[in-house]
Amino acid sequence: MLSIKNLHASVEGNEILKGINLEVNPGEVHAIMGPNGSGKSTLANVLAGREEYEVTEGTVLYKGEDLLEMDVDERAHAGVFLAFQYPVEIPGVSMATFLKEAINANRRARGQEELSPVEMLKFIRNKTKLLGMDEQMLKRSLNEGFSGGEKKRNEMLQMALLEPSLAILDETDSGLDIDALRVVADSVNALRSPDRSFIIVTHYQRLLNYIVPDFVHVLFNGRIVKSGGKELALDLEERGYDWIKEENAVAG
Amino acid sequence: MSESMQTLEEHTSSDYKYGFTTDIETEVFPKGLNEDTIRRLSAKKEEPVWLLEWRLKAYRHWLTMEEPHWPNVKYEPIDYQDIIYYASPKKKPKYNSLDEVDPELLNTFEKLGIPLEEQKVLAGVAVDAVIDSVSVTTTYKEMLAEKGIIFCSFSEAVKEHPELIKKYLGSVVPQTDNFFAALNSAVFSDGSFVYIPKGVRCPIELSTYFRINTANTGQFERTLIVAEEGSYVSYLEGCTAPMRDENQLHAAVVELIALDDAYIKYSTVQNWYPGDAEGRGGIYNFVTKRGLCAGKRSRISWTQVETGSAITWKYPSCILKGDDSIGEFYSVAVTNNRQEADTGTKMIHIGKNTRSTIVSKGISAGRSHNSYRGLVKVGKRAENAHNFSQCDSLLMGDKCGAHTFPYLEVENNTAKVEHEATTSKIGEDQLFYLQQRGLKEEDAINMIVNGYCKEVFQELPMEFAAEAQKLLAISLEGSVG
Repeated sequence: MLSIKNLHASVEGNEILKGINLEVNPGEVHAIMGPNGSGKSTLANVLAGREEYEVTEGTVLYKGEDLLEMDVDERAHAGVFLAFQYPVEIPGVSMATFLKEAINANRRARGQEELSPVEMLKFIRNKTKLLGMDEQMLKRSLNEGFSGGEKKRNEMLQMALLEPSLAILDETDSGLDIDALRVVADSVNALRSPDRSFIIVTHYQRLLNYIVPDFVHVLFNGRIVKSGGKELALDLEERGYDWIKEENAVAG
Repeated sequence: MSESMQTLEEHTSSDYKYGFTTDIETEVFPKGLNEDTIRRLSAKKEEPVWLLEWRLKAYRHWLTMEEPHWPNVKYEPIDYQDIIYYASPKKKPKYNSLDEVDPELLNTFEKLGIPLEEQKVLAGVAVDAVIDSVSVTTTYKEMLAEKGIIFCSFSEAVKEHPELIKKYLGSVVPQTDNFFAALNSAVFSDGSFVYIPKGVRCPIELSTYFRINTANTGQFERTLIVAEEGSYVSYLEGCTAPMRDENQLHAAVVELIALDDAYIKYSTVQNWYPGDAEGRGGIYNFVTKRGLCAGKRSRISWTQVETGSAITWKYPSCILKGDDSIGEFYSVAVTNNRQEADTGTKMIHIGKNTRSTIVSKGISAGRSHNSYRGLVKVGKRAENAHNFSQCDSLLMGDKCGAHTFPYLEVENNTAKVEHEATTSKIGEDQLFYLQQRGLKEEDAINMIVNGYCKEVFQELPMEFAAEAQKLLAISLEGSVG
């Protein structure tokens, strides 16, 4: 699915990622943890193609293709989805319009027929209901005036509608109460399948109580310094990040 | 410059899509302006003596005036002696059906995406199309006549309804009002006249497509709309002009009069040639548009989508004279490349309990400059006047400018005046978000811009709103980042 080799990336000349290596196979859920400023969000954004992040070295293969050569929308068409940490507000663009355009843009790019207005409405309504969202929300402007929880729910709705092959969740759990956290977890769990992979970027272990990852990686100072199974997350919960910092300070 | 900024600029620097000319034989006056030009023009149009005198008065006053230079726009000086003041299609046709109309002309409309035939059938729009200075074709006239509605060319109105013209011409914009209005009053060639009788609701949207089509022809349109007590009319004006190298002056005057309980809705989509990417050519659009809410509870609503012209200088205004009258101004002004726009409105509150709303959305791209200039004036007598103004500016790229000049004159302390203003850049965050969801960059830009303009677009009649969205997309093609 995804093969990252020696990935280096900078923002405004500051190197943030300093040689990331990561293999994600179909159906796997990988959690990326680490202290603030370790490069977690940078990794998520680089994979989605945000241009402020300059890749200076390394390769990323996605389904055998060079991901770094693809435009942002091409990555989306190929099934890469980023759930944003801070979803932006777009005034005057209704949720319904946005969802419809996004779904059809992806369908067109994948050579599928666009959904008819009736099919579209049914499809969107259905998923909205599953996420326990109020249909009235479809009339509101995209993310405008949404609460933190509503924004994250909206990200999950888009993920459900766009049915990605690789979903990257960038600290989707931050600032959420327990109910909203459950919605996020349920959304991911409902979509888990043998041909779909997830990269879940998170600071805290608590989301991983609900989404059980296959692998946990600890990112520190731009490198993955530790990888393990789901127990690693519990370890981090118990011991914090300081021991990781210390270990690496010694090693570095 | 970031990469997306670059694509933004590529996106906005597309060529003008409506740059073509129609080859119709025209009769033209030699260049230049003097009293003889005006006499000849008036004679050509077989006008009554009073109208000639009216024109001459305007001309003589114009000679004493100076071209205004307070707008925030820069352009080469205009040589008023280098302009042709009259041009008309040579054969003055009187058609019963479109079949008789010059196919070349129909083809032009076709290219503009304004198939008259289709509009007649589908949209139910009576189209009084003006090419250059003479009305060529008028439709739906009979149907309107049954309701007593008059919708005709200005020249025809002068002949058929002289009493109405005499009564209302210049009653809102006097011929001495300002430099360009005086010039228009002296030399206006044609335009449209609408009269809605008492209690009549005009059953269709009235529309006129203007088109400047002869090189070096200054176009001086005159529009007059009178809505009697309790009547309603929605009037649409849309324009495109063919590509030209020389700058062309357009100085139109539009006067609206709404009597007791009357409602006039005036919508404009303006897409004249803006000049090329370096600012060569393009239309100078210096227009005086003003509505008089003369009657109690009358209402005048201006909606404009301005994407064209090299220089735009216009302030559709409302004089709220009748008690409880309402004035509205909804505007989207787009400038790109080297375009300059100084536009806004004036809301003059005179009557009691008068209300006005101003929603202005400026979009600047390329190296353009876009200014909002608005005056809200509340007179001594205007008890409980209320104004709400919202002026937003959207910048695309980092070489353009947006400016806001709100003026406020309040002489009655019961007035309530609210003003909100924002300036934002089209966000890379917003673009990235939409692209990450699979939208192409230009579709993402269009979505953001259309969302930004929504409050104005929803004021436009349906078919016009669709056209406006298309226009916006064309105007901003190749521009964001």
